[in-house]
Amino acid sequence: MPAPPPRTETGVDDVTDQLLEASGVEKHYGAVAALRDASLAIRPGEIHALMGANGAGKSTLVKVLTGAVTPDAGTILLRGQSRTVHSPAEARRTGMVSVYQEPAIIPDLKVAQNLALTETPVDAFRARMDDLGIPNLDLSAMARDLPLATLRIIDLARALAIEPAVLLLDEMTAALPADLTARVLEVVASHRGTDRSVIFISHRMLEVAGLCDRATVLREGRTVGVVDIAPGAEEEIVALMLGPAVSAPRGPIPEGARVATAATGEPPRLAARGLRAGRNLSDVSFDLRAGEVLGVVALEGQGQDELFEILSGQLRPEAGELEVDGRAATFRHPADAIRAGIVLVPGDRSSALLGQRSVSENIGLPGIAAPRRWGLINGRAERRRVAAAIDRLQIDTRAQAEARRLSGGNQQKVTIARWLASGVRTFLFYDPTRGIDIRTKREIYDLVRELAAAGAGVLLLSSELEEIQRACDRAVVIFGGRVVDELPAAAADEPTLLRAAHGLERAAVAAGGVA
Amino acid sequence: MTADATPIRRRSLGTLRSWMRDRPLVPLFILLGALVALLEVVQPGIVTPSFVSNTMRFAVPLAILAACQTMTMLTGGIDLSVAVVASMTSYVMATLVGDVGWLGASLLALIPAAVVGLVNGIGVGWFRVHPLIMTISMSLIVSGAVNVYARMNIAGGTRVPPEISWLGGQDLLGLLPNSLLVFIPLAALVLVGLRRFGYGRLLYAVGDNEVAARLAGVRVGNVLVVLYVISAVLAGIAGLIYAGVIGSATGRLVDPFLLPSVAAAVIGGTSIFGGRGGYAGSIIGALILTVIVTLLTVLAAPEAVRQILFGAIILAVAAAYTRITEES
Amino acid sequence: MTESAGAEERGLGRGAAARGLVGRAMRGDAWTVGLVAIFVALLVFTKLLQPGYGLDALAIASLPVAFAAVGQAIVVISGGIDLSIGSVIALTNVISALLLMNAPELSVPIVLLVLLIGVGIGLVNGVLVVVSRVPDIVVTLAMLFVWAGAALLVLGTPGGGSVGWLRELITGTLGVELMPRALIVLLVVVGLVWIPLRRSRLGLSIYAIGSDQLAAFRSGVSVARTKIVAYAMAGFFASLGGLSLTASTGVGTPIPGPYLLLSVAAIVLGGVSLAGGRGGLLGPIVGIYILGLIRADLGFLRVEPAFSTVIQGVIMVAVVMVGAYLTLRRRSA
Repeated sequence: MPAPPPRTETGVDDVTDQLLEASGVEKHYGAVAALRDASLAIRPGEIHALMGANGAGKSTLVKVLTGAVTPDAGTILLRGQSRTVHSPAEARRTGMVSVYQEPAIIPDLKVAQNLALTETPVDAFRARMDDLGIPNLDLSAMARDLPLATLRIIDLARALAIEPAVLLLDEMTAALPADLTARVLEVVASHRGTDRSVIFISHRMLEVAGLCDRATVLREGRTVGVVDIAPGAEEEIVALMLGPAVSAPRGPIPEGARVATAATGEPPRLAARGLRAGRNLSDVSFDLRAGEVLGVVALEGQGQDELFEILSGQLRPEAGELEVDGRAATFRHPADAIRAGIVLVPGDRSSALLGQRSVSENIGLPGIAAPRRWGLINGRAERRRVAAAIDRLQIDTRAQAEARRLSGGNQQKVTIARWLASGVRTFLFYDPTRGIDIRTKREIYDLVRELAAAGAGVLLLSSELEEIQRACDRAVVIFGGRVVDELPAAAADEPTLLRAAHGLERAAVAAGGVA
Repeated sequence: MTADATPIRRRSLGTLRSWMRDRPLVPLFILLGALVALLEVVQPGIVTPSFVSNTMRFAVPLAILAACQTMTMLTGGIDLSVAVVASMTSYVMATLVGDVGWLGASLLALIPAAVVGLVNGIGVGWFRVHPLIMTISMSLIVSGAVNVYARMNIAGGTRVPPEISWLGGQDLLGLLPNSLLVFIPLAALVLVGLRRFGYGRLLYAVGDNEVAARLAGVRVGNVLVVLYVISAVLAGIAGLIYAGVIGSATGRLVDPFLLPSVAAAVIGGTSIFGGRGGYAGSIIGALILTVIVTLLTVLAAPEAVRQILFGAIILAVAAAYTRITEES
Repeated sequence: MTESAGAEERGLGRGAAARGLVGRAMRGDAWTVGLVAIFVALLVFTKLLQPGYGLDALAIASLPVAFAAVGQAIVVISGGIDLSIGSVIALTNVISALLLMNAPELSVPIVLLVLLIGVGIGLVNGVLVVVSRVPDIVVTLAMLFVWAGAALLVLGTPGGGSVGWLRELITGTLGVELMPRALIVLLVVVGLVWIPLRRSRLGLSIYAIGSDQLAAFRSGVSVARTKIVAYAMAGFFASLGGLSLTASTGVGTPIPGPYLLLSVAAIVLGGVSLAGGRGGLLGPIVGIYILGLIRADLGFLRVEPAFSTVIQGVIMVAVVMVGAYLTLRRRSA
């Protein structure tokens, strides 16, 4: 870890001092506001963290700054000069380069060709690769054949090679091996005190604390605070990320309302033993009991995607076993999982919804999947079933001809509704409330509780940590592909979960000691 | 992206757009009507019952082939082997008719068609070969195989039986072509099948969002295998009828219908990316294309101009659809 | 905490390297070398079968379709497809035949003009794809009719003429039997255009937009402009196909030959991925010659000429199925 940064002076900044200044930035996607009022001011020679929960608008702001997305409103000043860019190429020429989570490397070109495509000087690139700890990269290697970590380092070195005025790093260190991470942080730290600056986005609080000078915190598309990094600043950042309680908290569900589950001698609905897959998922085990809602908490890319893919039959694990109701199960296709009574409600509604089809076709989809159901559809029975589901979930059907024209909340209800009538025993919810309004959110969590009360097992991943305590009986925290913590709902308050998910040990935080 | 458009104009345009999006057949009917009206203006008195019957007689085989394209395009695929399969079926039928009679010959001739469809389906559905490549390759194989078969069969000769000629080339009471006897049930089956059959809905589902279909438990590969078999059998039926329309059968009889069959489905509003469209539009599309050909013939437009206009119309209609159905 | 993550990453590196091996075997050089080996084997076989068979006959017969395959390959590498390529060949064929018959003394400017027309046609295709936002396949399907109609407009029936030097340019050999002029012309033209282009930023951009459009955009590539250039290149090579047809047959024929089908067959055989971004031009050219040799061999063996079409199709199906199977395996690995 690099040395602690020097304290920066707080106070009113002179406008001309800023290297980059963005204010009042707004960006809407249809009805969804990704950015409402975002601002950012970067001094020369500063390493500036951009923090926020999932969906707070960090990625959109980065895209706006680098010209990948045109904002609806707001001004961007670079060295005091107003600046509008319409493409990453233009942003590059003005001295702003971004390194995204997904490296912008063409897989079918060699490394050298990727450099030529972006007109990157090879010698400078080589020098930066040396700094970053991969000195002998074969430039004639096809990008497709290189590991992701190497591609990200290449992307970073390529950006550094043209010495941009502002370098934006979006989750640069996620899924990087430890030695490379250390090198990256070192190189980033070397910008301090020069005339160039770095905007650093990371979920890893320790990195931010160790590396950055200041942090701008976004919440729900707004800039809610700028924090000088000093001992204890983590708590302030977490508090800003959380914000004040959105509404009167309902508090945890009273114990009496929860179905007593552990007492029965029944085998668990779904049991995972030592699941491993790919680079992200190392070793995850858990039991999901009937009538229980088990929360899953993880930051992006900690292996939860692979976990849900395995459980829903989309991916076969490299190691580990699954048991359904006490019997070993192997899924080769989602249809196998569905037959075993396990269904996935994906968080990305675009992977669950038939956007161009009607609400009733969407709800009826699982009912026609098997070849014996390929014949004539019983219209009356279908209408009844769809009407019942719409009624139960209170789906607003004003725009039912095409599911993509529904609001996000109603879309999510549709993807849930299709499973209600079919005797499903285990539900896998992957972040079901991402980007939907508070009322629908409540309704969905109420439904989750109802499903559990009726005897189903529910695995619920949520990026909205405050909801875990409300909806779940227990929660497991996954970090680095492993379960790092398991706690009952009563203990699963938001700060605790957030710390655990950032890889901070509970005990250490409780003692107030952050390295 | 049209930042300079005034909000009011944009809204009215949007309303029109969404109205059209909900009723995609209306502009097609208007276009068809306009073309017929134009024909009557160009040559007064041409629009008679026999004109209607003639148009339909030629539109029926095209409309059946358009059903193949519609269904495969709904899943995001395409079937470029329909024309050679149709030709093959008509030719095989014409060589067998002396031995087993018209019905036996027709049914036997549909068997190789189904086999071609099965191979297409296995390639596309199970091996995930691009439908374009798979069906083009099968076209090569089939057209070659038909030629080989023709060489072996030189002595046997071909004959289109009177029953097939009656079906394809003659009219009921001089008003409606007999081929409607086959086409109407077939079209009804496709129309109802796409709307009210589980399988038809799956075609839309697969083309709209294959991931979602998979997550809902649909074995997409199997759906596609069945689809390409259906497509090939339909193409075979179209070939049999067209042999009746023309009164002869050769190994390349239906080949010129390949691209018009795609065009009919595109004009009819079926998206080549899948998930959107329907067969009713394709039927009207087939009628529109047939009327355009008639119109250009009546205008004594040279073949050259006909083709240019044909292409321009396909592009214009496709572009208009893209504008109408695009998310604003 | 990062210790375990680090170990995990290195495990990944090995996995990716293993995947890379499969990918390398499937791709590029190995594939082309294999094709060349097949071609040489076929050639030896042909020579044993028919000692008098000259490579020049193959090269002349294959020249138009080889140019078509080159043009098609460029568009497909950029992530598109050009169904109109056969019509463009027919159109440039009749334009050149008509002009050369009427003004044989202006043959050099006419050839240049026809090449320019080819580029123009390709530009129109590309601009329509970009501006209409209609899928490539539909746009070029429509333009297939338009350009075929235009060809008929220029010349209603086969006719026109050619000039001697054009024919001499591609007839016979350069002394050695293994160096037929038609092949040299093909390699020189493709080499002059493609080798500098491929190394340039523009050429890389063509691969980039076919491989990963988002990454290309983020790398600063203008996607629309690159796409238009790819179509213009296809038009250019299609006009070369048309010219070589004029040169070899001496007339213009307004009906498109089977160039679309053959060009797609050749690029698939030549290892160009229809998904875009992968492949080169050598593979499709060798693919065309292999298909031509197979046809010739089957002729010498007195196999039905029709049967050779079946064999070509079976080869294509086998190749794409094996390719698709390997891709599937790679994805699930």
